[in-house]
Amino acid sequence: MKIVAVCGMGIGTSVLLKMNAEKVLQDLGVDADIEAADIGVARGAAQTAEIVLTSQELAPEIGDVPAEVIVIENFFDLDEIHKKLSAAVR
Amino acid sequence: MALNLAEELSSIATNVAVSDWRQAVRYAGDGLVAGGVTTEDYTDQMIAAVEEHGPYIVIAPGVALAHARPSESVKKGGLSWVSLASPVEFGHKSNDPVSLVIGLAALDHTAHIEVLRAVAGILSNPATRSDLDAAASPEEVRSLLARAASPK
Repeated sequence: MKIVAVCGMGIGTSVLLKMNAEKVLQDLGVDADIEAADIGVARGAAQTAEIVLTSQELAPEIGDVPAEVIVIENFFDLDEIHKKLSAAVR
Repeated sequence: MALNLAEELSSIATNVAVSDWRQAVRYAGDGLVAGGVTTEDYTDQMIAAVEEHGPYIVIAPGVALAHARPSESVKKGGLSWVSLASPVEFGHKSNDPVSLVIGLAALDHTAHIEVLRAVAGILSNPATRSDLDAAASPEEVRSLLARAASPK
């Protein structure tokens, strides 16, 4: 499974998201390849991904992609990420 | 947690009074500049990032991770810490108001991952977080971070 974590610059929030999503997927026993990307390259990367993780503000900027776009509000909240990701991977 | 964030922070400021988010981000930028991490251009880029993409840098309740793209304005990787005397609004739907701004500068997309991991580890612990919010001096922040980094 391919997942893209998206933020504006590709160095901060997307890296945090990637880290926490990896933790959650490990718990879920899901084998996934998570890529952190900035909004510019994310539109391309999202074409081939199954899930896109991002924030409320950036979700509309990703536009129309085949991937399921999941909005995370608190990037530190593993419970939130767990809940949203487990619903999506099942 | 192996990495001691206290050693990674180029500047720490507590009880900083600002009137809006731009001032708060500027303060975090000034900390990076003072630490020899970035040039002043980087501060403008961090503000422009929010103007362009919205307040997505408010990554958790009360916490903004101010940053811009790796560029010529970044001399080395680094972090600054600004805790605010009174929280300010960034315009974020669920995570406003912000009481802690962390300024982040990175040379590339991977070098600072361990630092971010440490930031996430510390701030996702509610007890540590509330101690840090209550810290009245940079020394106190430093010792809390050092304590959080060393296993008991």
